[in-house]
Amino acid sequence: MTIATELELDLDLRGVGKVYASNQAEGGQLQVLDGIDLHIPAGEFVAVVGASGCGKSTLLRLILGLDAHYDGAITLGGAAVRGTGPERGIVFQDHRLFPWLTVEQNIAVGLRNARYTAAEKRELVKDHIELVGLEGFEHSYPHQISGGMAQRVAIARGLVNRPRVLLLDEPFGALDALTRARLQTELQRIWQKEKITMILVTHDVEEAVFLGDRVVVMQPRPGRIRRIVRVPLAHPRNRSDPVFIRIRDDVLSDFLAPDGAPQAADEFPGDAVHAAAAPLPSLAYLRMAW
Amino acid sequence: MSTVTSKDKAELASTVPLSDEDGRRWRGLVLPVVAVALWWVLARADLVNSALLVSPGKVLATASDQVVTGKLWRALGASLAREFTGFLIGSVAGLLLGALLGVSRGFNRLIGPSFNTFKQISLFAWIPLISVWFGLGDTAKVVFLSLAALVPVVVNTCDGIRSTPKPLLEVARVYGYSRLQTFVHVVLPAATPAIFTGIYLALIYSWLATIGAEYLLVAGVGIGNLLIEGSEHFQMDLVIFGMFVVGLVGWLMNAVARRAERRLAHLRGAAQ
Repeated sequence: MTIATELELDLDLRGVGKVYASNQAEGGQLQVLDGIDLHIPAGEFVAVVGASGCGKSTLLRLILGLDAHYDGAITLGGAAVRGTGPERGIVFQDHRLFPWLTVEQNIAVGLRNARYTAAEKRELVKDHIELVGLEGFEHSYPHQISGGMAQRVAIARGLVNRPRVLLLDEPFGALDALTRARLQTELQRIWQKEKITMILVTHDVEEAVFLGDRVVVMQPRPGRIRRIVRVPLAHPRNRSDPVFIRIRDDVLSDFLAPDGAPQAADEFPGDAVHAAAAPLPSLAYLRMAW
Repeated sequence: MSTVTSKDKAELASTVPLSDEDGRRWRGLVLPVVAVALWWVLARADLVNSALLVSPGKVLATASDQVVTGKLWRALGASLAREFTGFLIGSVAGLLLGALLGVSRGFNRLIGPSFNTFKQISLFAWIPLISVWFGLGDTAKVVFLSLAALVPVVVNTCDGIRSTPKPLLEVARVYGYSRLQTFVHVVLPAATPAIFTGIYLALIYSWLATIGAEYLLVAGVGIGNLLIEGSEHFQMDLVIFGMFVVGLVGWLMNAVARRAERRLAHLRGAAQ
C-alpha cells in the first residue's frame, strides 16, 4: 500500500441544506434538507435511516457531487467537494449496470478514467470479481444474472477504482430477505478488508444497526438529523444479542412513536403510519407490532 | 448460483415465438394457397372477364418471358440502384441531423420546430416541386427517395438519443466520463435499438417510395415503369407479375433487416 491510499480523509458536513423548487409545496419551495451537521472520520461505517422523503438519498447525491446547488459546506479531507470525483464511489438501489456490457466490462466502467495501465485494470477487475464472489460470471450480461448478483456487480464497480468513501443508497432495498442478509454480511467483510469509509442509506433499521458504527436517524419535513445512535458492538454482529436488540428497538421507537415531532404528525395525519409502514419487509417491524 | 442461470434459460426458452415451432409455421401459407387455387378455378371456368382477370398460367408465362429476356433484371436493377442510393443518402443525412437534434439543445430549439413542420408535409406533395427542380430522371427520383428515408431516421435517432436513461448518465458522471466518452459509451449504445428502427423504416419507406417515384416521375426503366407499361397496354399478367416482384423485394428487405436486428440484439446481449 502506498501512502496515497492510506491517506485519511474525514468527511465533514456543516449546516448542509437543500431546497427544491416544487409547485406542490407552500411558497413553491420544498426544504428537503435542513441544517445537517455530521462529521465522519475516515474508515467509519455510518448508517442513515429514515422514512421515505426525509432527504437521505438527497444527502448522498450532495456528497457524491451530482448536485452542486445546496447550502452549507461539504468537505473531504479538508477540501470542499466539487462535482463527482474518483475518491467517492456509489452503489445505487437500482444497480444501474449498462445492459449492453458484460459483468466484467461493467466493473471496468469504474476504471475508464483511472490512471492504471491496461494490465493493472484487468487485474483490478479480476480481483473485484473475486471479492464479490462472481467468478464464472465475467462474461454474463446483466439480464442473465439475478438481482442479488447484479447488486454485487454494482458493489464491485463502486469499489474498483479504490474510492476512500463508498456511498450506498439503499443497495439491498429491492432484494429478497435472504439475499439481503447474505449481502449485508458480505458488505461488512468487504468494509473490514478495504478499511474505507462507508455511508449506507437505508429504511431498514435492523440493517442499519447490524452494519453501522453509528446510526444517524433522520426525520422529514424538512429532512434533518433527529439523533445519532452509537452501536458499541464489535463486528460481525449477532442479530440476537440482547444489546443488539435493545439498540434496534430503541431506534425503531423513533419511527413508531414520533414524540419528537408531534406537530408534524398532526399536520400530516397519514405520515406516522406511513413512516412505520415503509420498511415493511423487515422482520423487526412484525415483532414490534406483536 | 447455477440454479439461477438454469431458471433464466428456461425463461428465455419460453419466450421463443410460437411461429418457429414445427407444424405451426406453415399455417400462414393457407390463405395464399387457397386464393391462388380460387383464382385458378375462376380463370379456368371462364366465369369472369379474362381480360380483367388473367389466368395464373398466363402470369407465369409472362414471368418466365421477363426473366429470360432479361427485362426483369434491367428493371429490378435500375429500381434497386435508385432505392439504395436514396436510402444511403437519406440515412446518413438523417443520422447526422438526428444526432445533432438529440445532442444539442440549442440546435434542437433552432431547427426542431422547422423539422417537425417539414415532416408533416406528405411525401408525395414534394413531387411537383422536385419534378420542376430536378426533372423526371434519376436525380429527381433519388432526391425523392432520400427524403423518404430521411424522416424516420431523424425522428428515431433523435428520440433514441434523448431517451437515454438519466440514471445511466449519472453513472457516467460519477466516473468522470467526458462528453465524448458519455456519447460514445453511454448515449450511442442506449440509442442503438431506436436508431436501428429508424434505419429499418427508412429501408422499407424508400422501397415504397421507389415505386411511387417511378410511377409519378415517369422516365427511364424500373419496376414501377413495368407496372405502368402493363396497365397502359392492358396487360394484366404483367401488372400482377410486377406487383408480385414488388412484394417479394419488400419481404426480402424486411427479412434481412429483421435478421440484422436480431444479430445486433444478440451482440448487445440485450433481451429487451
